[in-house]
Amino acid sequence: MTDQVTGAQSLVRSLESVGAEVVFGIPGGTILPAYDPLFDSTALRHILVRHEQGAGHAATGYAAATGKVGVCMATSGPGATNLVTPITDAYMDSVPIVAVTGQVSRGVIGTDAFQEADIRGITMPVTKHSYLLTDPADIPRAIAEAFHIAGTGRPGPVLVDIPKDVLQAATCFDWPPRIHLPGYRPTLRPHARQVREAARLIATARRPVLYVGGGVIRARASAELAVLAELTGIPVVTTLMARGAFPDSHPQHLGMPGMHGTVAAVTAFQKCDLIIALGARFDDRVTGKLTTFAPYATVIHADVDPAEISKNRTADVPIVGDCREVITDLIVAVRAEYAAGHRADLTGWWKQCHSWRETYPLGYEEPPDGSLAPQYAIERLGRIAGPDAVYVAGVGQHQMWASQFISYEKPYTWLNSGGLGTMGYAVPAAMGAKVGRPDATVWAIDGDGCFQMTNQELVTCALNNIPIKVAIINNGSLGMVRQWQTLFYDRRYSNTDLHSKRIPDFVKLAEAMGCVGLRCETAAGVDAVIEKAMAINDAPVVIDFVVGQDAMVWPMVAAGASNDDIKVARDLAPDWDDDMAETGVHTTANSGGPGSPA
Amino acid sequence: MSRHTLSVLVENTPGVLARVAGLFSRRGFNIDSLAVGPTENADISRMSIVVTVEDQPLEQVTKQLNKLVNVIKIVELDPAAAVQRELLLVKVRADAATRSHVLETVGLFRAKVVDVAVDAVTIEATGTADKLAALIRVLEPFGIRELVQSGLVALNRGARSITDRSLRSAERSA
Repeated sequence: MTDQVTGAQSLVRSLESVGAEVVFGIPGGTILPAYDPLFDSTALRHILVRHEQGAGHAATGYAAATGKVGVCMATSGPGATNLVTPITDAYMDSVPIVAVTGQVSRGVIGTDAFQEADIRGITMPVTKHSYLLTDPADIPRAIAEAFHIAGTGRPGPVLVDIPKDVLQAATCFDWPPRIHLPGYRPTLRPHARQVREAARLIATARRPVLYVGGGVIRARASAELAVLAELTGIPVVTTLMARGAFPDSHPQHLGMPGMHGTVAAVTAFQKCDLIIALGARFDDRVTGKLTTFAPYATVIHADVDPAEISKNRTADVPIVGDCREVITDLIVAVRAEYAAGHRADLTGWWKQCHSWRETYPLGYEEPPDGSLAPQYAIERLGRIAGPDAVYVAGVGQHQMWASQFISYEKPYTWLNSGGLGTMGYAVPAAMGAKVGRPDATVWAIDGDGCFQMTNQELVTCALNNIPIKVAIINNGSLGMVRQWQTLFYDRRYSNTDLHSKRIPDFVKLAEAMGCVGLRCETAAGVDAVIEKAMAINDAPVVIDFVVGQDAMVWPMVAAGASNDDIKVARDLAPDWDDDMAETGVHTTANSGGPGSPA
Repeated sequence: MSRHTLSVLVENTPGVLARVAGLFSRRGFNIDSLAVGPTENADISRMSIVVTVEDQPLEQVTKQLNKLVNVIKIVELDPAAAVQRELLLVKVRADAATRSHVLETVGLFRAKVVDVAVDAVTIEATGTADKLAALIRVLEPFGIRELVQSGLVALNRGARSITDRSLRSAERSA
């Protein structure tokens, strides 16, 4: 089908044809031509946000909660540069989004024209791919390619920058366009020989760990993972990006590894003889000091991105492929190994893992000053809202507590900014998640610092019938930074006190933005306020949980420290001597490790 | 650290040089030399990139390059099995007293004079980096007024071509 249209009409019809349902954006000078046909579109819902950063994170939240490609739109110059943070965020966490930006007209590109910014150049390091269209005939192909690139292989953000006069020009609309990407051929099918080698190691390892990363979520491989885990009986750890990929309630789950991971998960890495990494990238927050990470482990590393394999930790068995395909093939290959009589006994290993889990469970202390424990508020929220709700965190202490004290049972129920650590992610991402899954209860768990960065999107939520719920964990400070000041800067609290227990009044702020505002300052009131918020479904709700200022996130592996030096509380390292002697794991290569005094 | 020559086939599209060069710098690698030009296929350009780097980071940067959507293929050329050339243009002071000595040097290096002025000549030479460095050393005493060198370009020896297969697959996927 070929129709005579404008570039703008071609753009809107391309977005409709590629299956986009929602666009988060703000119009402005150069993107204006696109907003005219968008006004008439019945297939595309445009949600007018209050800041372009909100549009970007909303697209990310939508994509992370649904698995579909999210779309955001902005004008040139400041509109486009406001998208840089969410684009980078999506890049770091492999979220499929397409950002469409207006650009100044072709004739004035390069002249420092009004609201001109080289957004393609600016975003080159943080996009999977990008386009600057100079011919309106290219619009359908670029949109189709952008969605294809964003959503396949290792997902990521793609930018399409379109000059105003290209949007205004007359052109033809042809669909489907001819996609031509000779340099883009992601490897999805794993190599059979590598899979067999991995299966051989899995069957014979005596102390294996399944290291599950966000790639398992992106590949929609949770069901396959459950089969593999139960087939092998191997302990599972899920990273911050993979929370929900494997049920927290499952007896094989040791929890989250990393800087604020469980003692069991962190220690299992340090003692294991085999790591089966699935869609994980050996991030520094997981490995701690790389040279001391998992010193006894052989590494199987499966990832759809070949550049992740052996980037940080050398893989003994590299497998390039889509996680779901890899796991599916591994199940078959491991079954064959078992059928051939190869199967190591994991009883001793499980005895150790159990002892770590039982001796060092996640927990927290009630604040001595009688204030509300932030962990308690989050824990109760998770219990009351349940495993079907979607939880979206900001960045900082509340994010770690939300990852620790809520039980995630299903994929796509935990959204957060893991790689970039973007404060302000929660409210707009929750908005996007709610738009994508209107029937789900969506809770943003935010800090008072984060909330003050992007709360204006609650106006968008209130006006567009997007009834998200927000729990502000208000400790009046930049809590995680304060925690580091407590631990590493001699309690010198330079510029971390936000005074947000006093100003702003979050209840009034919520009400001013068309939301219901609630406050809770005591443990006794937590359940009632959450239940009240759960009962309100015709407006966004904000609960201001006023909590103690001194609560800290534990356990903790200090930045740059070895995982062996995990602390379960300040100056308190786990005591390994008993169970080490009992189970006979070698720690000789590890003399500075867990057995030594902190 | 060792020197590596990468031949990179890329789609001939705007911005591709910025993508490749930017990737090297943000991953912390210095490019020793870079030459880019058209190939026998108008849709494809070929970059010759020389980097000094350990093997492990080289593998990482190659993988990262491969992730660029406009990059079609990367081949590391083995210097022993490849023809590698650079081009040098050098303007040397040459008056009546020294001109014959300069021209003698030009002859010895199988270079040629491409411009002559009253007190200078401009010399064109091609060859390996070593040969050109030697020529420059010999010319230096006469007085080098300015010089310019191209990046290295290279092709594997023998009948095989690195473009054949990638072009076929490019057409297939089209």
